[in-house]
Amino acid sequence: MAAAAARTARLRTALSEVTLLRHLVGAALGLLLVVLVLSAVDDFRRVQLAEMAYLGIAAGGLTVLTGLNGQLSLGHGALMAFGAYTTALLLPDRDGVPLVVVLLAAVAVTVVVGALVGVAAARLHGPYLAGATLALAVAVPGIALYFKETLGGEQGLRIIVPEAPTWADDATFFVTGQDLTPRGWIAFVAWLTLVVTYFLLANLSRSRVGRRWRAVRDDEVAAQLAGIDLARSRVSAFMVSAAAAGAAGAVLAIAVRLAAPSSFTLNLSLTLLAAVVLGGLGSLTGALTGAALLTFLPQVVTDLGREAGLDDIAAAELAPLVYGVVMVLVILLAPAGLFGTAHRAVVTRRTRRALAARAADGRASTGAPTDGSAGPTDSDPATRDSTTTTREGAQP
Amino acid sequence: MLTVDRLTVSYGPITALHGVSFTAARGEITAVLGANGAGKTTLLRTLSGLHRADSGTITLGDEPIGSVAAERMPALGMAHVPEGRGVITELSVEENLRLGGLGRPQGGKVTDADLQVAYDLFPVLADRRAQQAGTLSGGERQMLVIGRALMARPQLLLLDEPSLGLAPRIVAQIFALLRDLVADRGLSVLLVEQNARSALSVADHGVVLDLGRVVADSDASALAADDQLRHAYLGF
Amino acid sequence: MQQLLNTALGGLTLGAVYAAFALALVLIWRSTRVVNFAQAPMAMVTTFIALVVIDAGYSYWLGFAAALVSGLLLGALLERLVVRHVDGKAEINAVILTLGLFIVLHSLAAVVFGNEYRSFPAPFGIRGFEVGDRTIALTGFGVFTLVAVLVVMGLLVLLFRFTDLGLKMRASAFNAEVARLLGVQVGRMKTLGWALASLVGSLAGLLIAGGSLVHPGYMDSIVVYGFVAAVLGGLDSPAGAVVGGLVLGLSLSFVSGYVGSQLVALAALLILMLVLMLKPGGLFSSTTARRV
Repeated sequence: MAAAAARTARLRTALSEVTLLRHLVGAALGLLLVVLVLSAVDDFRRVQLAEMAYLGIAAGGLTVLTGLNGQLSLGHGALMAFGAYTTALLLPDRDGVPLVVVLLAAVAVTVVVGALVGVAAARLHGPYLAGATLALAVAVPGIALYFKETLGGEQGLRIIVPEAPTWADDATFFVTGQDLTPRGWIAFVAWLTLVVTYFLLANLSRSRVGRRWRAVRDDEVAAQLAGIDLARSRVSAFMVSAAAAGAAGAVLAIAVRLAAPSSFTLNLSLTLLAAVVLGGLGSLTGALTGAALLTFLPQVVTDLGREAGLDDIAAAELAPLVYGVVMVLVILLAPAGLFGTAHRAVVTRRTRRALAARAADGRASTGAPTDGSAGPTDSDPATRDSTTTTREGAQP
Repeated sequence: MLTVDRLTVSYGPITALHGVSFTAARGEITAVLGANGAGKTTLLRTLSGLHRADSGTITLGDEPIGSVAAERMPALGMAHVPEGRGVITELSVEENLRLGGLGRPQGGKVTDADLQVAYDLFPVLADRRAQQAGTLSGGERQMLVIGRALMARPQLLLLDEPSLGLAPRIVAQIFALLRDLVADRGLSVLLVEQNARSALSVADHGVVLDLGRVVADSDASALAADDQLRHAYLGF
Repeated sequence: MQQLLNTALGGLTLGAVYAAFALALVLIWRSTRVVNFAQAPMAMVTTFIALVVIDAGYSYWLGFAAALVSGLLLGALLERLVVRHVDGKAEINAVILTLGLFIVLHSLAAVVFGNEYRSFPAPFGIRGFEVGDRTIALTGFGVFTLVAVLVVMGLLVLLFRFTDLGLKMRASAFNAEVARLLGVQVGRMKTLGWALASLVGSLAGLLIAGGSLVHPGYMDSIVVYGFVAAVLGGLDSPAGAVVGGLVLGLSLSFVSGYVGSQLVALAALLILMLVLMLKPGGLFSSTTARRV
């Protein structure tokens, strides 16, 4: 018995080391890809890529909260505002605080706010939580308007981004033979933040903390019986998610060089939700896919609309129409999201093939076929056929 | 009254009933017995139209009802009495009864006289008519669901575990009432029960299910006298 | 004193509108246990339909009727075609679905009706009544708003309390399966619930738009206030929604008048959180044990 337990423990440690290594390699490869892509494209694309990065960071945080912990937040746009305004207050001129410190401060402030919101949110579920966070999304921009002196009111606060350090300049020239443009630098910072955030989120979701989040999402009662503190698990998920939103807000502020209420409308929160749903709840790759769609789709759709004879204003509204429709269709037809559904089809096929091969071999093997790449998408809440959540069924 | 012929029902990949056949005669109490997981609930849900059978037929009187929707059953004269938890807790006792009356085949308004019939049968409900049904005790709830089903003036009553969670005295009271209803109104009853001993004491006929198959179908007294069967399937 | 009175009167009128919107949310919650966040753009779309009718030279009241009828149809249509398919799925799916509809209707309206502010007429005066030599903050249209909301609430209470149809609707909402077994056409009741709710929502849209500007986003914050009002009233009760709306309207009017209009939404958020933490069943519930 004891030997078996020790073996399991060793196996688990080994597995977690493998996971960590895999994530590290993934992050390093991701960063390499980012550098290659950023040096290959022009400044216009770099701006777009920076936008994709902050949407991706925030969506990553949201997908952990919604997909892994089952809490829905429509207030992540508002949380981003806290990160953005912290950044703006720390970067009023060129000799401001180092960028790393700014980002960390933005994250810290947002985590504090996230903890407050999380404590309240931990007691709410489904529509109540959605309504409360919706109120948050609508309420927060008003704070900036009210404290006009400090927060700049409608105009917002301008941000002076520190110049790229010489090492980055030199390294860029060494690698690509080009000078580092300011936009290139910002895009790099944005993507570096994304890679770091995703690395941390991926590790967290694979850790014990992540397993607790999922347990709470799947079955509150069972989780509680297993000794998990529901409120603490929910609040911690909210704080982690808020941290990502804070980083995203800081990146947004740096990328657009402005923190203004108009950046943090209800629309932003809904956009983030759309990104998460399109990609598949609970999957970081899905969140990134969603962010990419939301960044690059609008231009394509708007151009198509213009060609079809719509005026510019109407054409600009086509993009949200498209992703709204896709969002509805995803919920109705493929609740695992576009990415998740494709991914699952691959996994299913692979599993089936493996099973068939094993049956052909005639070797009875113990243990279900596991697929290492089957990420957290496997059990997102949207696909679980839960019929117990409505109050109809619950009678004393 | 009700004839079930070679009924096969599955939930997803699991087949819950394998070619079940039996008949519930008019003016009799037929008990369907069996342990948990024998397929009793599946049978009931299929009979009342909440779930569709894969194959086989269900006939009520002369009418095949295998593909009739659940909400049309009351109009055909069949009333499903869910277990006591099936009261609508948020509605008042009277509203629950009124709702039952709305399912009558002939339609029309539910009058105070209609309600009075139910109150005469269960005087305790009359005292509680304005209370929310959620405040009733287990026994009172069972009376309410039966009273509510009778409001539709059915010919066949399907009862789901009426003894569940009730004190023996109350169970005896409810079963005695069922006997009276059959005698006085010519009602037919299909009684699905886990509590085989009590059910056989009141039933005319019994059908025993095990793992989705009929393992015995006979007079209630014969079933109760069959020691082997009792030990194997009925637990008493 | 004058300011106090005017703030209160303004709050009452505003509160009536929140009440109407809260009523719409409550109706859908009752019939399908969904909080319909798409209620705001639905009402916006029907208000634009009214505007198209009015701008084509027809009377205000024809536009009014057109909005209500299209609201009825839109609600029924959305329930049948879209919302029905998440019935019985995890509750988060329904929430996301209504938010998806929110985005769709929003951009659809912007494409079809344009994205600029347009003025919307009012059938009654929108200048304050004069009492003696003073003008008070109660307008003819404000009175109409209050009366309309109270009448609608009254009709809904009558429907739910005293008619068989209302009883069937409530039964379907509380326990769909048992209602089916008792012969209630649950699907129809749900469609009807959405249709009625959407009609009431359209009314709220018209009342907010009257004498003011409309825009595809003009109802967006109202969905928050309507939700807060509905929760204040317990989310299940039409009368509670109306009282909740009036209480919220008054409170927010005072915040706006004495603190700053920018903080109105924040105040609504605080009120919401207070209610959910202290009296989750709404202001008028006797129990505190309720899952929210």
